[in-house]
Amino acid sequence: MDDRERQEEAELLLRCKRGDKMAFGVLVQKYMRRAYFTAVGLVGSHHDALDLSQEAFVRAYCAIGRFELSQKFFTWYYQILRNLCMNHLRDKSRHAIPFSLLEVEESSIAEARGEASPSGVVEREDLGEKLWEGLWKLETDEREIIVARDFLHLSYRELAELLNCPIGTVMSRLYYARKKLARELRDVLA
Amino acid sequence: MTLEEQDRLLLMKALDGELSHQEEEEFRLLLQESKEFQEEWKSLRKLKEVTSLMRFSNPPTEIWEKYWTNVYYRLERGVAWILISLGAIVLLTYGGFKAVESILADTTLALAVKIALLGIMTGFAILIVSVIREKWITGKIDKYKEVLR
Repeated sequence: MDDRERQEEAELLLRCKRGDKMAFGVLVQKYMRRAYFTAVGLVGSHHDALDLSQEAFVRAYCAIGRFELSQKFFTWYYQILRNLCMNHLRDKSRHAIPFSLLEVEESSIAEARGEASPSGVVEREDLGEKLWEGLWKLETDEREIIVARDFLHLSYRELAELLNCPIGTVMSRLYYARKKLARELRDVLA
Repeated sequence: MTLEEQDRLLLMKALDGELSHQEEEEFRLLLQESKEFQEEWKSLRKLKEVTSLMRFSNPPTEIWEKYWTNVYYRLERGVAWILISLGAIVLLTYGGFKAVESILADTTLALAVKIALLGIMTGFAILIVSVIREKWITGKIDKYKEVLR
């Protein structure tokens, strides 16, 4: 986020603090995709992710009076969303692996179609299923960091802000999470 | 198989394309010298290749079109619930007061029944005050009280 963007966001947040719902709408539209996909990575269901990410925006608006303008909005919102998702997971009675919400990148499908093997696309789709299952065998905080880095493409700095820890800790957590996932997928990766 | 903390960080940076020039050299040397490092690198690079092929399924476009509207409706409903709750509190307080008044004024009721009813009502009043006080105190010290409760 550059200085101009940061300035615009600060102005929107100031308007939100004065009760301007439309200014809040601009923020929601800016962050809704990242919010939804973060929730997908944590709870694994489209409907729950949609519901929880929207509910987190409602709670953020209700608590906007306590938001400090020196903070970044998404970092603050992320804590609300994360807590909602954690509570949701804790309250869920069953822990079955949810239906996969991963799909193969279009560029990768095109590449597979171009290859000699016609089964390439199917193989990659199957790989997606296996990866999803592997992700759901991890602890929530392990899945969270892999999703944020490898699927939401957040930088180490952004991850450190969101998870409220030093960059070294982010890398260390990422290492252990990836190592565990690689172990879960050893048959596929071999 | 355990790597030193510094080597693990180097491995992550290499996977994520975050190595500086100096670190690239360190990484190259480590890869040549350490079998453990080579094996970890091989396994994690394969994993990275797999994750980079995947993305989350995008929901239908209408979801994004209606997203803010749905948040807005929820905000409106929140205001409605606050108004309903406030109205209900006023009505219940008034009803309770009137009930106590009529119980005390009723000469046909036995004293024991009057004491029992008054005890229950006083108990409820103490419970309500206690819950409100607890929420008030939590609100002062907990940044995310609206989330955790």
